[in-house]
Amino acid sequence: MKSVVPILTVVAGILMIWYGAAVWLNAQWTYDQAARAGIEVGFGDVVRDAMVQDRPVIPAPHQVAVELYDTVIDKNITSRRSLVYHGWITVSATLLGFVFGTGLGILLAVGIVHNRAMDMSVMPWAIASQTIPILAIAPMIIVVLNSVGIQGIVPKAIISAYLSFFPVVVGMVAGLRSPDVMQLDLMRTYHASRAQMFWKLRLPSSMPYLFTSLKVGIAASLVGAIVGELPTGAVSGLGARLLSGSYYGQTVQIWSALIAAAVVAAALVGLIGIAQRLTLRRMGMGQ
Amino acid sequence: MNEPVIEARDLNLTFETNDGPVHALKDVNLTIGKGDFVSFIGPSGCGKTTFLRVIAGLEEATGGSVTVNGKSPDEARRSRAYGYVFQAAGLYPWRTIAGNVKLPLEIMGFDRAEQARRVQKVLDLVDLAGFEKKFPWQLSGGMQQRASIARALAFDADILLMDEPFGALDEIVRDHLNEQLLELWARTEKTIGFVTHSIPEAVYLSTRIVVMSPRPGRITDVIESPLPRERPLDIRDSKEFIEVAHRVREGLRAGHDDE
Repeated sequence: MKSVVPILTVVAGILMIWYGAAVWLNAQWTYDQAARAGIEVGFGDVVRDAMVQDRPVIPAPHQVAVELYDTVIDKNITSRRSLVYHGWITVSATLLGFVFGTGLGILLAVGIVHNRAMDMSVMPWAIASQTIPILAIAPMIIVVLNSVGIQGIVPKAIISAYLSFFPVVVGMVAGLRSPDVMQLDLMRTYHASRAQMFWKLRLPSSMPYLFTSLKVGIAASLVGAIVGELPTGAVSGLGARLLSGSYYGQTVQIWSALIAAAVVAAALVGLIGIAQRLTLRRMGMGQ
Repeated sequence: MNEPVIEARDLNLTFETNDGPVHALKDVNLTIGKGDFVSFIGPSGCGKTTFLRVIAGLEEATGGSVTVNGKSPDEARRSRAYGYVFQAAGLYPWRTIAGNVKLPLEIMGFDRAEQARRVQKVLDLVDLAGFEKKFPWQLSGGMQQRASIARALAFDADILLMDEPFGALDEIVRDHLNEQLLELWARTEKTIGFVTHSIPEAVYLSTRIVVMSPRPGRITDVIESPLPRERPLDIRDSKEFIEVAHRVREGLRAGHDDE
């Protein structure tokens, strides 16, 4: 519990900066309104007003908190107004994309480690794939898949997978290559087959690398799923909340969706962390 | 001499490097008989480890011939003719001690009951009974190295090749392990090839000591030990022991003067 105090300190700091920014950036609107009405406003009025605007430039933290309470706790989770409903839509695409991406990443890494041609050819393409802005490629993936009749969760999951396979490839190639020469020589003295070398040495050695990659990968998956919701004009999902919020100037809604996305990301990374600890402990490598 | 197990004839090995060819082994001739304990001693770069690796089929000679049990080293490796112990224990951190010793048995396809029986037997042999369920990090360096010896013994090959197995351990642990290794050798009647750069270790353990020198890596002297097979630790204060150690030291110095 020693970590509570520093965390609370940082949270308090963020809240202070946030409130400060809200007053500073929302003041202009108050001044404009006052000028139009021909009245003078004092600093106290500006601060008071900055806390309660309907469409603030930056909503105050308590406005976001109220919106979150309203859309997470108060609404029935099957309601389209519930952030839990939208969150689940995005999380389901994230998880499916994460499974695709991790599977693809592991397969590519196994290929790269065992096949010289793949070793020479795949990595540059994997790197190139990540230099293309995902915002540019996401609409095309959705359009192309739609034209062959694939809709719904799968296109979003593929965009997620597109982002999440990369850290897994990089991490797993490093992990599968982590056994040193001596350990490989030992296997040769047993006349072990490549399959035995893989299952008994390379794969277990790669586990710490895998989990580190998975943490990066699942966060990338979530970004992919949200991005995948933007170009479709999707009506549900955290991406859709961001989109409709920006259409209608609902900054409070945008910020609530952002906070929700951050919480979901932290929760997903946390789950991987728990899986990591359990697995490594079972393997006798836990701290 | 006993029936020969390992025979090297005019063995040469040249590595091609960026700085030109390196003559790691030059005209090496040696016969190791069944049940011998042969040590290879020399400064670094003399090819002692390389020679052991050639015998094990991990390196290929560029000239001459080696046979292990009458076969090529590669065939011998495929028929799992030897157990190999490296300088580092190299136990898998994700396997228990028993799991580590079981590794070669799993790879070689022994059935489960046989695996369990052999693991028990070799752990007894290296005095690690009771540590089956421990993970490597729970054991001292010396115990880890004993576990790695057990792993090399588990499939009961007739030959044991050891590459500076105790090089990373302190002298007290090393003395203890040397004593245990001799006991183990007496009980199992293995043929042992042992690389070291410690003169007392070589003299204490070996029936024959092969002195090597570098650039090019070659054998400069082969010493038949006059010491009895039964060797308590205090044999190291005996006249014979000191004479053999002296001759090894002379051999090492002679190899050095040639440069």
